[in-house]
This record gives sequence, structure tokens and C-alpha cells, in this order.
Amino acid sequence: MNGSERPIRIVLAKLGLDGHDRGLRIVGRMLRDSGMEVIQLGLRQTTDTIVAATRDEDADAVGLSMHNAGHLTLVPRMRRALDDAGLDVPLVIGGIIPEQDVATLLEQGVAAILGPGASTEEVVTTIRGVVLRDEVTG
Amino acid sequence: MDGDQREDGFETMSGIPLDAVYGDGPLPGEFPYTRGLYPSMYRSRLWTMRMFAGFGTAEDTNARFKELLRSGGTGLSTAFDMPTLMGRDSDDEWAVGEVGRAGVAIDTVADMHDLFADIDLSQVSTSMTVNGPAAILLAMYVATAEDHGVPRAQLSGTLQNDILKEYQAQKEYIFPPRPSMRLVADSIRFTTAEMPRWHPVSISGYHIREAGSTAAQELAFTLANGFAYVEAAIAAGLVVDDFAPRLSFFFNAHIDFFEEIGKFRAARRIWARWMRDRYGARDERSLMCRFHTQTAGVSLTAQQPEVNIARVAIEALAGVLGGTQSLHTDSFDEALALPSERAARIALRTQQVIAHETGVTNVADPLGGAPFVEWMTDEMERRAEAVFAHLDALGGGSMLEGVYQGIDDGYFVEEIADASYRFERDVNAGRRIIVGVNDFTEGDDHRAELLRIGADTEDTQLKRLDEVKRHRDGVQVDATLATVTDHAGDPTRNLMPAIIDAVRARATEGEIVHALELEFGTYTERAPS
Repeated sequence: MNGSERPIRIVLAKLGLDGHDRGLRIVGRMLRDSGMEVIQLGLRQTTDTIVAATRDEDADAVGLSMHNAGHLTLVPRMRRALDDAGLDVPLVIGGIIPEQDVATLLEQGVAAILGPGASTEEVVTTIRGVVLRDEVTG
Repeated sequence: MDGDQREDGFETMSGIPLDAVYGDGPLPGEFPYTRGLYPSMYRSRLWTMRMFAGFGTAEDTNARFKELLRSGGTGLSTAFDMPTLMGRDSDDEWAVGEVGRAGVAIDTVADMHDLFADIDLSQVSTSMTVNGPAAILLAMYVATAEDHGVPRAQLSGTLQNDILKEYQAQKEYIFPPRPSMRLVADSIRFTTAEMPRWHPVSISGYHIREAGSTAAQELAFTLANGFAYVEAAIAAGLVVDDFAPRLSFFFNAHIDFFEEIGKFRAARRIWARWMRDRYGARDERSLMCRFHTQTAGVSLTAQQPEVNIARVAIEALAGVLGGTQSLHTDSFDEALALPSERAARIALRTQQVIAHETGVTNVADPLGGAPFVEWMTDEMERRAEAVFAHLDALGGGSMLEGVYQGIDDGYFVEEIADASYRFERDVNAGRRIIVGVNDFTEGDDHRAELLRIGADTEDTQLKRLDEVKRHRDGVQVDATLATVTDHAGDPTRNLMPAIIDAVRARATEGEIVHALELEFGTYTERAPS
């Protein structure tokens, strides 16, 4: 994977039953406008469909939008599923994550968490940063 | 002056006596109800202070309900968890991590019993915010009440049951649009015949707005959906004046104060005119756009969350000046988590301040006649009528078909996504200030005490479900589910009685959904562009 030769490719999805997709749609457009290639899976995805898309699309990162308070269960599952498939790509979480859960999720292998009100610049810079860091260290 | 007002005389804080209404007609209570549905509005009766609550197990939510009733809340409103809203049982593989998280988990009628334990269902009005599987939750509520000796005819409340906006905005659909509308029509027919105090559909703009629409889109899409339900019920053989008096609406109260007030006033006028002129309604109650209002969750900020108390107060005031019949005020911590008990109490107290301290309830439609307010009302109506013309053309003269078409071709979803992106870009560019987010950001150092849902909720609920399944008659469950599937395949039958039988046999919500899916199929949205 080399971000300097081609645009960053990111898979975006909602994992599970939660239907709040406003943030996912906005972030998708933000990232596309910034020049990234966005593979937008949309609603009701499973760890399997996200792993498959990440592999098939040779994505550099996965972004999950969480608004259902299920992040402590679902996010570690997602990280494990990516690891089990040998996909060493950063996992970025957006949405409503209470501050006291941030450290836990970061310890469990989440690369970055973007809270409500994150600006376009913050979102784009964060994703570029974690993809780049991943390339340097990985 | 009518004699049933809350006080003998109304006066200002300084003792100046006040009339019930000022200005020219049409007055409040007169067609087209722009100025309000009733002549003396809140002088006679305050709005219902209906606080939405639900989390964890049915017992957890039951305790919160009782606390809200003790604090002066006057109606109940149930938030279900995501698996329940999507028709999935707590032991479904899709439910992992979501049981009891964003609302209360309900799998069987046994949970419904616990949810309303020690609450007299003949006295309290209950709102249930559920759409895809609404008919099943209604069946559970009826069975619960009847087990407690309260006949269904005495039950008072509201089922959201507004499936159209799910395809447009909230995305909690199960079946495809047309069979879903069959379920809505069946529940309208059932409650019209057997539950005269029940509101079978709450036509909701709230979620359309939260998904990012403008105020005018919220108004237009919601009323268009309302017309679609009216056409669907008429097509199912009902007479408009038999069911229309029980339709109600649910709007968002966002932060742009006068735009919101214009929206509420326009909604009443449009509904009255369309119901009379297009659908031939004659009963005055069929012409009345009754609505519940909730302050805008999406306007709340995670940064400096206490500032949200001010936002909620302003939005709630817009709802009251817009003439709402009932109101939920959001808790200041809702951009962070489900409301804590303390935050929910402050939100209710905010309504009580508006009702009892501000004096805005002393006069009906106190803003009526103000040039800007009247202009904004007209402008909202103009914008909504342009959308109706588009949908009517799409549907070849049928609003119902126009709405189906707009769902099929992504019209609603794209319009809302475009509006929400425009808003976001304005915030990003600093053209729109959100206090504490992109300006005035210093001082975000206080941490709110948040509601935590324990991990044991899921285990507790799974045990309860397993217990119910082990103590029921499997043969009876299978037989009632087979009848549900059978009736789903026969559009001449009303599905409600078969669903009530299945609920009574302790069939789970997920099992009944599956029985319907065998005939109805499921719906999947195209991935966003």
C-alpha cells in the first residue's frame, strides 16, 4: 500500500442494526471531496461483509460509524475480524463514543476516534495520519 | 369566554388582565387553524409533557417511567432498543452488543408486562416509538392491558407506526414499502374499530429533520406521507372521517426560532386545506393537525453539554408558541449518551418553567399577526406546496404512488443528504456558528455524569427470553405463527387478530416478524452514493 502513488482508499460502514447514517454519509462526501476513494457500504453490515470489502477493494483503512452504544462489544469484534483475515489496516471510529470509553477502544486496537462536531479538516487529517503511520510502522 | 379554563382570569406578572386571544380572524380554533387548534389553547389545557424514555431491561425502564410520573410528567413514551425496533429478538446474532443499549429490550409479551408493572393503563396515555414491527408491539400492549383487566377500548396512546419515513430517513424498515403499508392500514382499521382513544399513526417529521433535512423539507415530506396514509386507508375501504380524527403528527423543534414557528403554523393550515379540499373530510377533527414536538437532538453538542439546556429551552418555546399538543424536551447529555435521570429531570423542569413561569400560555397564539411570523408561515407553505406538486406528478395524481416512487428512486434520501451536507459545509467554513463547537470553545472542562448500561443487561434479557421460551406451549406457538403467515398472504384479512393470538401464545417479536417475512420479504437500501 502506498498513499503517495494512489489516493487513500477507505471502506465506510455501519456495523449492526443501527440506522443513524447521517454522519456516515457526510463523512463519505467529505473524504471524497478531499480526494480519497470511498467504498461506501452503508447500513446493516457485518464484520464479514466489511472484511470482504476491505480485502477485495484493497482498502487502506476502515471507518465505522457508531451511534448505538454498542461500541464496546462491536468494535473489538471488528478489529479481531480484520486481524484474523490478515488485514493490518487502521480502524477509525466516528459517532457517539463517551469519553470514558475512548482509552479502552484505543487499547483494543482502534487507530483513532472522531467525535461529534469533528471538522472536515480534522477528519481528513486524522485518516491521512493513521494511514501514513500504518505505512511507516507496518 | 369558555368556562373550562385552568384559571378564572389570566393576567401578566404585574397584574395586567389579558384576553384569551388578540388580533383578527381566522382565530385559533377556526379553519384553517393556522393560529392553533383550539380557541383558548393552553388556557384550557397545557400540552402533555411526554418524556421519551427507555433503556436496559423492562424493569429498568419501568422504574424510570414511575420516576417521570412522580415528577409531574403526564404521559409515557417508550424508547425501544435497536433489535426490538428492527424486529429481532435479544438472542438474534444481529442483536449482540445492542440489547437494551439505546432503548428497552422487548422480546415477548412478558417483557411488556414488566414494562408497565404497577402503572394503570386505563389512566395513563402511552406512546410507543416503533415502526417496522409496530403492529406486534401494539398487539403486546393490548394483551398486557387486557391481562390487567383494562379493555382495549379504554386504552389511550399513540403508536408511531410511520413506516414511510423509515425508508426516507430513519432506516428502521423490515419489509418492503407496500406490505409495510398493508400492516399500517390493518392497524388503522383495527384501532378505528376497537380502540377509539388510540392514535394508530404518528406521522413523523422528527427523524427526517434529524437526518439532515431543512425545516421546509421536514414539513413537506411529513405532510406528503400523511396524505399517503390517508390514501392508503381510503384504498383499504375506510371512510376518511372515520380514521382521520385519530391521525397525529410529530415534528422537530430546531434552533432557528421563527422558522420553526412558521413551520408549525403552516403544517396546520396545509393539513386542514388538503383534508377538506382534496380528501373530502367533513368532520372538523379530521382537518386538525394535532402534533407532538421534540427538541432537536441533532442540535445538541457534546462540547460544553450544559449549554444544551439553553438550546432545549429555546426550541421548546418555539414548539409551545407553534401550538404543540405535547412536548418532549431533550436532556442536555444526549449528544454523549442516553439521558441520565438528573438530565431528564432538568429537561422536564424546562417545560414546567415555560408552562408556569413565562406567561406565554396566557394568550392563544401570542405571535399571530406579526408580519414576519405570518410571512414565514406563508413561505413554509409555498415551499411545501412545491414539493407536493412534484410528488403528485411523480405519482400520476396519487400522493401515495408519488411517495412510493420517491422512495424507489432515492428522491427523499438524496434531498436530505444534500441538505445535511450543505449544513455541514457551512459549519466547517465558519459560515454558521455553533457555540462551543466552532467558536466560543474555551471552557469545555466539565464532565457530565452519564448513564451507563451495564454489560449484564444483555445476559439478564437472554435469561428472561429463554425462561419464556421454556414455559410456553410450542404447538400453540407454531399454530399461531402459521396463521400469521397465512393471513399475510391474504390481503383481505386484517393481520391484527392473528398477531394478537401469536403474542398471547408467547411467540417472540422475532418469530412473528419471520412469519410475516415469509410472505412479505425484506427490504435493503442501496448503498449511499
